[in-house]
Amino acid sequence: MSENIKYLPGREPHPRETRRIYRNINRVGYDPSIKCFMKDGGYETLKKVIKMEPADVINEVKKSGLRGRGGAGFPTGVKWTFIPKGNTKPVYLVCNCDESEPGTFKDRFIVHQDPHQLLEGMIIACYAVQAHYAVFYIREEFPEAAKIMSKAIEEAEAKGFLGKNILKSGFDLQIIVHRGAGAYICGEETGLINSIEGERPYPRIKPPFFPAAIGLWGCPTIVNNVESLCQVRQVMLRGAEAYAQEGAQRSPGTRIIGVSGDVKRPGVYEFVSGSISYGELLYEVCGGPKRGRKFKAIIPGGASAKVMRCDEVLKDRNPDGSVKEISVFDIPMDLDSIARFGSMSGSGGVIVMDDTRSMPHILNNLNRFFAWESCGQCSPCREGNPWMLKLSTRICNGQGSPEDVDLLKDVADNICGRTVCAFGEACSWPTQAFTTKFRDEFLALTKPINALKPHSEEAAEACKFLTRED
Amino acid sequence: MSETPNAIDAITEHIPSPGEQFFPKFEVTPELVAEAQKLVAQYPEGKEKSAVLPIIHMVQEKFGFVCPECMPWIAEMCRCSTIHVAGIVTFYPGIHRICPGKYHFRVCHTVACAMSGGEELIDYICKKIGVNPADMTDAEPMAVSPDGLWSIEAVECLANCGFGPNVMVNDTLYSEVTPKKIDEIIASYSKK
Repeated sequence: MSENIKYLPGREPHPRETRRIYRNINRVGYDPSIKCFMKDGGYETLKKVIKMEPADVINEVKKSGLRGRGGAGFPTGVKWTFIPKGNTKPVYLVCNCDESEPGTFKDRFIVHQDPHQLLEGMIIACYAVQAHYAVFYIREEFPEAAKIMSKAIEEAEAKGFLGKNILKSGFDLQIIVHRGAGAYICGEETGLINSIEGERPYPRIKPPFFPAAIGLWGCPTIVNNVESLCQVRQVMLRGAEAYAQEGAQRSPGTRIIGVSGDVKRPGVYEFVSGSISYGELLYEVCGGPKRGRKFKAIIPGGASAKVMRCDEVLKDRNPDGSVKEISVFDIPMDLDSIARFGSMSGSGGVIVMDDTRSMPHILNNLNRFFAWESCGQCSPCREGNPWMLKLSTRICNGQGSPEDVDLLKDVADNICGRTVCAFGEACSWPTQAFTTKFRDEFLALTKPINALKPHSEEAAEACKFLTRED
Repeated sequence: MSETPNAIDAITEHIPSPGEQFFPKFEVTPELVAEAQKLVAQYPEGKEKSAVLPIIHMVQEKFGFVCPECMPWIAEMCRCSTIHVAGIVTFYPGIHRICPGKYHFRVCHTVACAMSGGEELIDYICKKIGVNPADMTDAEPMAVSPDGLWSIEAVECLANCGFGPNVMVNDTLYSEVTPKKIDEIIASYSKK
């Protein structure tokens, strides 16, 4: 980096990183106050944007090719244009800071250390869609951040960047902080909207009406992730053309990747999208596997992404059409590449497992998470998740039969696509991928005789006289 | 409020907890009402119901938990029915229906933290604060120590996965926690 920014010892960025959103994270002498942010060129972009036409701002974001960073990767500018033409109802903007996908921890640092960056992005987005009321939805587990954010809003109001008649442009905006209460489902945009409305956060059926048409209190609502809104600020700061030229063609800009699990240096890193492959990330940036171990599997995009085997041979095409054989380490880190190999890069949380891990136990942990977090609205998910948990626990305890592995996958197949929201897919993908890719590990824990045994203590008691010790 | 007693009484039954000695008993004061009205005013006209979560958070912060007696009051503030408030309270895992201890441990045991020793940490903390891990069930995930000073709850993902295992004590997050660090944390809070 050409600028001379000092970072906390041990938290310096890796030379492969390009810090834009994370520029001020772990920086020496930087605090979340507005003074620090303005010294660093903060709110200058807003001053520029507020003189533009809102439609031009949307066009600019559209032209930049910015895609949402919450997991689905939907183009942000396109989402904004979904507000119905000739709309007379108020428009709302919601910032989704319900970061609860296991493995994802990128937003935590933004809201704790650089809240004004997000706030400026939010104000720009509100101006673009002409929203006069915005909600910052933050998960309950970030109580500190909720306070920091409330303070940041007060500071911005005092300086005239928020409130009535922002920078004398005639544009009014109120932002409030709304805290969740520890439910994973609130990260789903319609669930989140119901949570703000004071209902139980059951997701709504999405087609035909998306939140951009009918959302919060029945009005058009734009829901954007924290990182997406920070990227909006970057787009306006650097210009759409400059932004679009950086990184992978279909997903430009930088991406924040959180690495957790069995690597030497886990943490959060910011890279230009597609500039680095999974292998480079894990070996070069994260220091490789711990001593004497080797990598076994990677979950590339948060817990719900399908697991990838490190020794799996994948087939890719060269530009000339010939087929080449690659491994998961050769896949570049952008939004789309990994999707071609049956997984997804989602919210950028990479969970790494080495050869000391038992995959059935990892799956059992994930199943417990999904069984606990299922909101209970749709029967396949509400009933299926505890069933999957029961099956995987049984297998882990050595009480499963080989058929249980197939049954486990069968249950997952029957949840997928049969629910209101994407939780159905999110909870079944891990099970589907784990049981197909690591089938041998599951089978190794099972015994055929178990199929003939009663599965619960009560059942064993009831038919005691029928069974014998094997 | 003129709600007649019905099935929700069973759901919202008051379960006594030793932690209650450290929190004031719920009572409606003009200050409390004013604070709740301030929260309601954040939302547009006629959308009082939205304030149900903020008011619950406020009550929980002040009185430790959401007791059955305060639900009708919250309902009155948000202009919705008591059963609606009960529905919200029973849905979210972050809302306590029994009073936690003065210092409340939240230990993450989702994938990344479990891989770095979160599960073992739960057993260790339970032993340290004198709680039986079997008391943490699906129906009531929180267990309170007999002296009411401590409570523990195993939670899902605290979103700090790279630096596990993560533990929250009240509002403070501790990452890369080891049993030794737990001893230090417990010692430092005991002094307060």
